[in-house]
Amino acid sequence: MSETADTPDTSTDAMEVASFDDNRNGAIAWIQRTLHNNPSLVPFTVLLVSIAVFGLILGQKFFSPFALTLILQQVAIVGIVGAAQTLVILTAGIDLSVGAIMVISSVVMGQFTFRYGIPAPLAVVAGLLTGALCGYINGWLVARMRLPPFIVTLGMWQIVLASNFLYSANETIRSQDIAEHASILQFFGNKINIGGAVFTYGVIAMVVLVLGLAYVLNQTAWGRHVYAVGDDPEAAELSGVQTQKILISVYVVAGTICAFAGWALVGRIGSISPTAGQFTNIESITAVVIGGVSLFGGRGSILGTLFGALIVGVFSLGLRLVGTDPQWTFLLIGLLIIFAVAVDQWIRRASA
Amino acid sequence: MNSPAHQAESAAVQPILTARNLVKRFGSVVALNGADLDLFPGEVLAIIGDNGAGKSTLIKAISGALRLDSGEISLDGASVSFNSPLQARAAGIETVYQNLALSPALSITDNMFLGREIRQKGFAGRWLRRLDRRAMETQAREKLSELGLLTIQNISQSVETLSGGQRQGIAVARAATFGSKVIIMDEPTAALGVKESRRVLELIQDVRNRGISIILISHNMPHVFEVADRVHVHRLGRRLCVIDPKTYTMSDAVAFMTGAKEAPVD
Repeated sequence: MSETADTPDTSTDAMEVASFDDNRNGAIAWIQRTLHNNPSLVPFTVLLVSIAVFGLILGQKFFSPFALTLILQQVAIVGIVGAAQTLVILTAGIDLSVGAIMVISSVVMGQFTFRYGIPAPLAVVAGLLTGALCGYINGWLVARMRLPPFIVTLGMWQIVLASNFLYSANETIRSQDIAEHASILQFFGNKINIGGAVFTYGVIAMVVLVLGLAYVLNQTAWGRHVYAVGDDPEAAELSGVQTQKILISVYVVAGTICAFAGWALVGRIGSISPTAGQFTNIESITAVVIGGVSLFGGRGSILGTLFGALIVGVFSLGLRLVGTDPQWTFLLIGLLIIFAVAVDQWIRRASA
Repeated sequence: MNSPAHQAESAAVQPILTARNLVKRFGSVVALNGADLDLFPGEVLAIIGDNGAGKSTLIKAISGALRLDSGEISLDGASVSFNSPLQARAAGIETVYQNLALSPALSITDNMFLGREIRQKGFAGRWLRRLDRRAMETQAREKLSELGLLTIQNISQSVETLSGGQRQGIAVARAATFGSKVIIMDEPTAALGVKESRRVLELIQDVRNRGISIILISHNMPHVFEVADRVHVHRLGRRLCVIDPKTYTMSDAVAFMTGAKEAPVD
């Protein structure tokens, strides 16, 4: 903050103190300010550049409707789970149990249908409720018991994963059986084909979900409260935000979205397997971080997470098509993560 | 400590806020030991006292942030009992906390309306819960202009881009927007430079001139003596005396609050 403390004229001093002019100048300050106001701009730029670069190297092989929409299909699950992760991280928390909740929800959907003979739509509802319940337990422990989110969800991850294996008896439900008896479970595997571009319902669901959450986060009181709680919980509480309720609701919504991802997962892989989605946890956090959402809470945009997930997808497919060792993908993603957090710190420092 | 002069005054004008015989204990520590307080309409009442005298506890009791063991608080003649700051706010008592309670990453408008946002009318507001940003921005802008915090270039800029004085201005403006009766300010100038303090003191007077009563807690004697209409000296968990800043000096006030000098009996 530059204050013109040495200006002798007192009448203009009063004006300066009262004014809200932003008096930081120069190109770098402008970039800082712009990034501060639009935190998803960095991942968006990285995404465009990476698409352009791979397009130039690979030409038609990469730059085709089919390949580009294939990326969307590959990131759909991580994108949906990343949306849930974004909500939690915006409250300055972290959810390590997202992948486990996703898998147990899909297992519940499958087992309810095939073991108990419950109609598939009801089984889907049961799966979504399972996710919501897991989220509620997380949220209750974080908000009411004031336990650290990292610890709560680390424990929840193990508990849910173990329950998942115990309950399913490590049994996979085959894709053909699902298609035959309960095709609604594979609903999100349906495809729309537009001139070579293939959109699964899962991809469409991811985009709709992210846009819907972007609306909720920016245009509703609940959304503003989520940011306020992550930004400074004490200030939010004193301002009249019911921080505990907001926190619990965030974890419940996140759990429900994860369960929804479990449904979409059935569409993506066809079968229902208790061992699916082992890396979804880390992949969702990666998408959020590359997407420019601050791990310290209160900053970032859910669109950023979508861009973050797409960046990972572009790198994975692009490098595979180039024919490099897949380890290069992980190496580059690792660099991107550190770059993204460094940028976040820079923006925060600039703004404080 | 109801002095005759004071009683005469209160006979003419009813206090907007009174506290009688407030008691609050924390374990074996007695923070409030039969404390009284009178706040009249449209005045700035400064509360001074040594550290540990119970100023903060008194303020928290009035703003609903803690529950009393005993005692009575009346607002506009009616007895009130607040279980949370939200209830005190609903009754028309706003508090500007020392840490300001602003969310740095949120915009000026978002902060001013945090916890009491305005929703759009009709379908979008009722079913989509959509906020009426334009209405909130207009009101925020009006309020800031009214309080002389003019020349706002960008009301949607985040609070962390503002200077300390500007942030204080936002917190005061928020209180003035919603505080219909009483605004409590806890050390509003403690973290500010000379010029910013000046601006905030002007702001306090602006708000007072609009008819809102203000309780000002401050350690800064020159500031207290500049803006206060009356000075409530708090000592050992109770009101020691109320003095007129025009008839006593700052060193008198300090002497009273530290016990170096007997309190006036008038």
